[in-house]
Amino acid sequence: MAEGVASVPLLRLNAITKSFGPVQALRGVSLDIRAGEVLALIGENGAGKSTLMKVLSGAHQPDSGSVEMAGRPLALTCPSVARRAGIAMIYQELTLAPHLSVEENMTLGMEQTKFGFLRSQSEKVKAALQLLGAEDILPSRKVRSLTIARQQIVEIARAIVSEARVVIMDEPTSSLSGEDKQALFRVIRKLRDEGLALVYISHFLDEIDEIADRYTVLRDGESVGQGLVAESTPESLVEQMIGRTIDEMYPRPDHDTGEVVLAVKNVQGTSLPRGVSFELQGREILGIFGLVGAGRTELARCLFGLDQVVAGQIELHGGTEMNLSGFQPIKALTGGLDYLSEDRKDEGLAQNLSIATNTTLSAIRKTSRFGFLQLDEEKATADRLAEKLDIRCASTSQPVSALSGGNQQKVALARMIHHDSDIFFMDEPTRGIDVGSKHEIYELILSLAAAGKSIIVVSSYLPELLGICHNIAVMHRGSLSKKRPAEEWSEQEILLFATTGKHQPSSVAP
Amino acid sequence: MPTLPALSSNWKSLLLPFIGLLFVFGLFTALIYAFEPDNLSAFLSSRNAKTVITQTVIVGIGALGMTMVITSGGIDLSAGSTIALSSVACALTLNAFASGGDPASIGALGMGVAALVAMATGAATGAFNGSVSCLLKIPPFIVTLGTMLIARGTAEGIANQSQVRTPENSLQNFMQRNPDPEWLIFAPGVWITIALLIGVGITMRYTVFGRYIYALGSNESTARLCGIPVARTRILIYTLCGTLMGISGVMSYAFLGSGDPTTAVAKELDIIAAVVIGGGSLSGGQGSPIGSIAGALIMTLLVSGCSMLNVPDYSQKIIIGFIIIGAVAVDTWKTRRQAAS
Repeated sequence: MAEGVASVPLLRLNAITKSFGPVQALRGVSLDIRAGEVLALIGENGAGKSTLMKVLSGAHQPDSGSVEMAGRPLALTCPSVARRAGIAMIYQELTLAPHLSVEENMTLGMEQTKFGFLRSQSEKVKAALQLLGAEDILPSRKVRSLTIARQQIVEIARAIVSEARVVIMDEPTSSLSGEDKQALFRVIRKLRDEGLALVYISHFLDEIDEIADRYTVLRDGESVGQGLVAESTPESLVEQMIGRTIDEMYPRPDHDTGEVVLAVKNVQGTSLPRGVSFELQGREILGIFGLVGAGRTELARCLFGLDQVVAGQIELHGGTEMNLSGFQPIKALTGGLDYLSEDRKDEGLAQNLSIATNTTLSAIRKTSRFGFLQLDEEKATADRLAEKLDIRCASTSQPVSALSGGNQQKVALARMIHHDSDIFFMDEPTRGIDVGSKHEIYELILSLAAAGKSIIVVSSYLPELLGICHNIAVMHRGSLSKKRPAEEWSEQEILLFATTGKHQPSSVAP
Repeated sequence: MPTLPALSSNWKSLLLPFIGLLFVFGLFTALIYAFEPDNLSAFLSSRNAKTVITQTVIVGIGALGMTMVITSGGIDLSAGSTIALSSVACALTLNAFASGGDPASIGALGMGVAALVAMATGAATGAFNGSVSCLLKIPPFIVTLGTMLIARGTAEGIANQSQVRTPENSLQNFMQRNPDPEWLIFAPGVWITIALLIGVGITMRYTVFGRYIYALGSNESTARLCGIPVARTRILIYTLCGTLMGISGVMSYAFLGSGDPTTAVAKELDIIAAVVIGGGSLSGGQGSPIGSIAGALIMTLLVSGCSMLNVPDYSQKIIIGFIIIGAVAVDTWKTRRQAAS
């Protein structure tokens, strides 16, 4: 723990700022990273964690602020400077070359040669693996034959071989099972005891409680709080992360739901979902929660005709049944469904086209006559929606790519509002956007529902679902639980179903 | 009526290729003045201007079609072969109308039908490219690479591996530098190119179909999400592109006076280069018909300027190569600066 640690931090960041065009990603971040300590860097998606990582790795230069290593100023002008200074990064997506061996990967960029020929460094490689308690990984194995968890160990071992003094890990457990997670934590503790400084980036508070000594909270690109993990509570951390109390963050719907508008019957995708049925009522906000890979996104995509459906029907407004096999987005849109993609960048928006173009794209007939665009009308429409949703832009003829994540999401929502379907599937509507925009989007979802829309919010972030939804259903391996009013679920029950597919013994009728 | 807000906000990017054209023109005027002053008056003559403009027609019309394809995120490598195939189809149709080698027997009907057959040939080739690529989900690069050989082979086959000569007819006047009647100033082919430019320009900027072209090229997933009929739109784009190659084939017939199955070899590369110089992006979502025409003019002007400078043929190729890379470098730099500001 923190005892016996030198008082000068190994790495100190002072009031770092960084902007990308109009987006200020970092507004003044200060961090102290000490040797022999695990520092947890916490914050929501979009709080600036990854930008900070990139500054530390030398990939981005800060606009202002300073970095000190062991009390001496350090200019992180490029990735190789950071590497030589002893800063190593373990990214969420592993950066190993799958066709090369463990040893080749671990010494990549640090090859030692004799007369121009490669010299074996297997001693060093073996020592590093042994230190991590992974001596069973053979240096000659091809990396692609290892599991993700083992590859991660190799990646960490690479940091050791490169004589790193600061190891920064970005959401390292995102693709690990419980057992692999514990193995990773053992490795982290070992490195800490060896006197390395570790930065552990995560938004899983239970992990932080388990592994970190100290924490710093980032919110909207600022460091807003720090302290000892032992002296904090999950509630206090969450409140620092979102900058207000949980009740203020999530507005509650206070309107009643109506008749059934959508009945989904036994939807079966190519692998996910597996036979899902549920009903959605008018003006209802239904939350669908699930862990990564549970099939929640696939369910929404199947219902919108984006993923192939093997079997299943939907019934709209109590009318005729529609078979979902061969369903297409174009049919879904005419049937009064609409979908907000979880991936704004690669699917949701045409990034290099203008805000106006993106806003009108799904209902282009509304701003055209006989196949000719009415550009005046189009611009007026986009301007009106931009004002209504408070999309911060210089003009609606700007490309979408110039906007911040939150404003981009508002453009995608503006398109849904303009198309004016009755039923919205919103897949991770607040992913990767700042807290202020999140709050605005929650308010918008509520006002849309109150005005008569039925909305399914698909999310992996439980607090927001518990906050804004009438009802919640949980996915586990492609199956959907019964939907229940949000007040009747406890967080534990939801997570239990998400991880095991079982309801709490007490809630199952004998 | 459509108004011009989009045009006014983009006028700078529309102008850029013409600034490039003026720059190339100025550069060659200076170089010829410095090194080959005897050729200066010839280079600056209206005769040379007409030559350059007339010689731009074949690549220019092709570039208009290619602009739509490239803006939609596709590519058409079969352009040159399609031009050759259409020119042969045009010549063969003319011969079918000519009874006993009598030029008069072809007539307006014969010429009209020949031009339509050429366009239909191009359209069919384009429709093949689009359908195969969309329905079998093969990248257009591969499909059109195949079609490049298929169309060329077909052209050689139906032409019996030689030029298809036709009796004289007034279609052959379409590419004459000094047209008859004289008041036309430019060859009919030039006016056809201008008309097509206006047509393609309006289509891309002011129609729903044009918007779909940009949307497909910018992000096909978004297009699908927004209910755009992706496959149908793509097939239509390639068919239109093929039709324009067919018209280019008619011009090729007019220029050579015969249907030549070996003409326009590698012309697709000139055409693609013209689009790229004109601001088109090979990753899609960006392209301007007027820019592409400017790009095509730059390329012809380069050839003309180089020959006036007595620069050997091989150096012309080197220079054009650098211009293509330079144009894209400028564009990339511009985009990056926009993103940063």
